[in-house]
Amino acid sequence: MSEAPLIEVEDLNVTFPGRGGATKAVRNISFALGRERLGIVGESGSGKSTTGRALLGLIPAPGIVTAKQMHFKGQSLAGLNDRQWQEMRGQHISMVMQDPKYSLNPVIKIGHQIQETYLLHQKTSKEDARQRALMMLEAVKIRDPEAVYHLYPHQLSGGMGQRAMIAMMLIAEPELLIADEPTSALDVTVQNEVLRILDDLVTDRGMGLIFISHNLTIVSSFCDRVLVMYGGRIVEECKASELHRAKHPYTQALIKAAPLLNHPVKTLSVVVRDVEWSR
Amino acid sequence: MIEVRGLSVTFKNKGRAVKAVQNASFHVAEGEIFGIVGESGSGKSTLLKAIAGLIEPSPRSLLIEGQEMGVKRSKADRKLMQFVFQDPYGSLHPRQTVDDILREPLIIHGIVDIDTEVSKALADVGLQPLHRYRYPHQLSGGQRQRVAIARALILKPRILLLDEPTSALDVSIQAEILNLISNLRLTYQLTSILVSHDLAVVAHLCSRIAVMRLGEIVEILNVEDLRNHKATQHYTSELLAASVGYSRTA
Repeated sequence: MSEAPLIEVEDLNVTFPGRGGATKAVRNISFALGRERLGIVGESGSGKSTTGRALLGLIPAPGIVTAKQMHFKGQSLAGLNDRQWQEMRGQHISMVMQDPKYSLNPVIKIGHQIQETYLLHQKTSKEDARQRALMMLEAVKIRDPEAVYHLYPHQLSGGMGQRAMIAMMLIAEPELLIADEPTSALDVTVQNEVLRILDDLVTDRGMGLIFISHNLTIVSSFCDRVLVMYGGRIVEECKASELHRAKHPYTQALIKAAPLLNHPVKTLSVVVRDVEWSR
Repeated sequence: MIEVRGLSVTFKNKGRAVKAVQNASFHVAEGEIFGIVGESGSGKSTLLKAIAGLIEPSPRSLLIEGQEMGVKRSKADRKLMQFVFQDPYGSLHPRQTVDDILREPLIIHGIVDIDTEVSKALADVGLQPLHRYRYPHQLSGGQRQRVAIARALILKPRILLLDEPTSALDVSIQAEILNLISNLRLTYQLTSILVSHDLAVVAHLCSRIAVMRLGEIVEILNVEDLRNHKATQHYTSELLAASVGYSRTA
């Protein structure tokens, strides 16, 4: 990591005002990301997806995002207007959502959805965009790109749909990909294929990847570095390979709560929550 | 207690027949917990639903306590066997309180002492009396699944069928529900079938495990063999490898 980090975040807060007082979904988190695979783990409601969305300027009103610093390659993301965000999204930062069933447009052909991003950002011909969309489908290991190009989302299986979505996010060659639970709707055997595609992209093209997941097994085996979130805060940061040696009691409890194939136990240990953790 | 002999389920739609389960055979002894794993579309849930009497199985393929069973069942047969579904958000009526939800099976089966039964069922699954008059949306996912389990157990069934009972829950909540299931099984000496896509969850609770693929049972192995990666079928090994985590070379 010789050059400036891709993402630098300092004191990021996301707040949703409501009748019963404001809900602080993300509280004072700071991290930096290079050209690496960064995992964010935590349970539902811990703020991991909200963090990802904040980086893309996708926090819906009335949500409020504040940060001392939120930089993408040295350029501040705070105070970008809608037009500037549009430039940023797709071309520089992209996001893969959890469920292909809900995130693809059901009435537009796969191929057309994929090339839409490219046509938007690049001044190019339709034919060129079509060629690139086919290339992308091939890059995500779809066996018959020409056929899949003309299919509608409902004609694809879960794994194929997820790959099509990754193809769509990659066509404009973003430097940072935020993947929000990209494999949790998929079967285990397909899961590995999708992970391998993401892995190749990081290794071959030097892309940065933020991998949001609740699955500790996947994160510890796939990512380089892990952030553990609880109640909107980062409670722990460590190397993924050293996750089993985590220091924070929440991380430790989380690891122990998961049943393991090779370590049979009679009773699973339960996460006993401490109010201190979210203070 | 449960015997499945060459069970098949075929769905017919506009002249097209889909064989969802083909020729499945296994038996579950009294007090045993039997696991079924497989990927989406492998037919594991369909098989469980056929055992529960929600889907028509092929004739003469299902024996429960030596008795042949189909879709038509007496109240006593229904009471014998209860079901917990995957999604606690979808399986509880949104406009009924926990009390209404737990009361209904008791009324259907003509049980008299409804009030005590409901409060006992709540205590059994670790819910507080204050949860009794709440609506499902006022409960967390884990609490909702507890309600679903309470509803299944309130009739004191001898067989409990579990269809992915924890896959919609966080790991920390999953641990609580899995512990609850294993404690309740001991207390009430339940015979169970657990369907899941998660090998670790199935191995945690079950003694024997059937692996399904494309509607067929590929193999049945006991939990030690599964833990020691002693699968005879290539597909099972593949599933085992994938569940350990990501590896570049696999």
